[in-house]
Amino acid sequence: MTAFAATRATFARILSGPGGIVGTVIIVLVVGSAIFAPLVVTHDPDALDILNRFSGPSAAHWLGTDNLGRDLYSRLVYGARVAMMVALFAIGSALVVGTLLGMLAASLNARGERLLLIVFDIISSFPSLVLALAVVAVFGPSTALVTAIVAVTLMPHFGRVARAQMLTLRHAPFIEAERLIGASPVRIALSHILPNIAGPLVVLASIDIPVVITIEAGLSFIGLGVRPPLASWGTLIYDGYAYLSDSRVPVIVASAALAIATLGFTLFGEALRDAVDPRLDREGR
Amino acid sequence: MNAGRTPILSMDSVSVAFGDKVRALDDVSLNIARGEIVGLVGESGSGKSTLCRTLMGLGEATSGTVRIDGEPLADRLDRDRLGFRREVQMLLQDAVASLSPRMRARRLVEEPLHVHRLPLAAGRARILTLLKRLGLPESALEKFPHQLSGGQARRVAILRALILQPQVIVADEPTAGLDVSVQGELLNLMLDLHAEFRLTYLIVSHNLNVVRRITTRSVVMYLGQIVEEAPTAALFRAPAHPYTAALLSTNPVVDPGKRRVRIVLRGEIPSPINVPSGCRFHTRCPHVQPRCRQDMPDLRALADGRKVRCHFPLAETAGMA
Repeated sequence: MTAFAATRATFARILSGPGGIVGTVIIVLVVGSAIFAPLVVTHDPDALDILNRFSGPSAAHWLGTDNLGRDLYSRLVYGARVAMMVALFAIGSALVVGTLLGMLAASLNARGERLLLIVFDIISSFPSLVLALAVVAVFGPSTALVTAIVAVTLMPHFGRVARAQMLTLRHAPFIEAERLIGASPVRIALSHILPNIAGPLVVLASIDIPVVITIEAGLSFIGLGVRPPLASWGTLIYDGYAYLSDSRVPVIVASAALAIATLGFTLFGEALRDAVDPRLDREGR
Repeated sequence: MNAGRTPILSMDSVSVAFGDKVRALDDVSLNIARGEIVGLVGESGSGKSTLCRTLMGLGEATSGTVRIDGEPLADRLDRDRLGFRREVQMLLQDAVASLSPRMRARRLVEEPLHVHRLPLAAGRARILTLLKRLGLPESALEKFPHQLSGGQARRVAILRALILQPQVIVADEPTAGLDVSVQGELLNLMLDLHAEFRLTYLIVSHNLNVVRRITTRSVVMYLGQIVEEAPTAALFRAPAHPYTAALLSTNPVVDPGKRRVRIVLRGEIPSPINVPSGCRFHTRCPHVQPRCRQDMPDLRALADGRKVRCHFPLAETAGMA
């Protein structure tokens, strides 16, 4: 079972440095809370308790309550769920679409390739915040829309890396060998090139997770993302910000969660990158 | 051989240029008859690989025509790409690198069956027969390419080719990187397969002993051109082109009674971007004459049927061989 052994070796290398260990611990906590949110919360995240608003951390409310008396810890846990869902769907679709378009670009003639690269450049050079403002102005804010905007913004990363990786493999002996037995271009691309370029793409995906978390939080903070009462780290910070004079706890707690999660995924992504291929192009994005 | 019959593979004044300057192949004509074993020798950069790639349709000829069974290769590929791939197979030089790294050998050897939509049950049975024939344990099928030894990887690559029951096999350095004992086994195997299925081989090799042992006809290339073409025995007995003579003189021969005078060539093979005027070999030829610097010799037939591209072939110069 080499594939398994390789995965295990990769993990061993991730855990060989302090960054990898810290990152992995944080990720396990964040992803665990997201998946098992109903089991780990202490309160209904949307249950109001106006009399107990802005209560500080206590045995009943581990991290205290917000301006409507909702349990902050429980809302943070559900916020992790939102952040992870957006990251999963946005990066997942950006990965699939970007990879396919990038591989298509590498297979097309010079003209088609240039056209696709120009599309990538246009998307990359378009400020995502302006794009978000425009789209939200038309459709109104929603979680699905945030996910779609982030996916489109990230897609060129994967497209460029997939294209570059495929170009380096195009004349590899095993690809020529496949042509020699008569394998079709589609078979070669999907069965032989894709498995061999997947590593760098997965690394890129993991490095993009913290980017997505901050974009989601940022859009939600300015009211262009997740709609209240749904708990997102961005809306938690916003709610806390509005009542900063009453209590600093909500802002500090939600910001800390956002910062720690971002740090954890960044550390993990970098450790994964170094574990998979120390020579991976860091300018790929 | 088989004069009058259509050669199974032929090249008719084929040239391959990369960009404006590099001529990797220059006016190469070659006929390979069914059942023949042709050897192709020459230094690195002489165009051997380009010749094979062009023959296999991996690269296009800039001018001239490659033919398969008398039909231009481009037409055959348009009409019947898979049929051509079944008929002509190629073994790449680096066998380990020629196997898709994330697939087990079993999937690799079954892949041609899927690509060509051949019946799976019969194909699998043939894989087992070929495994025995190639001396590969069945457990090798569960391994990934990097877990195979060089000899095993070579055999898996051969199995992949043979499963399609080709009529022609183009083999690029089939013995490179193998132990001498494994080399011997492999050559015996290739000869057995030749006898059994009447395969046609084009064997590219640096190893002159390999060429001498198994080929019937040899083609010598220098800087993109064929400089000599002769029955292997005649070529090794008395090379006609000074380059062939130099090449053969460097070949280690296990024969203590026999001493060879080594002809040491000066310098490197010239760059194909800046090809010498006249005869391409004149910059390094020990017998260079003024004429060689100006006129490019044609590939012409000598009295004994061999062909040589030299104004002053050695066979005609008494006592040189």
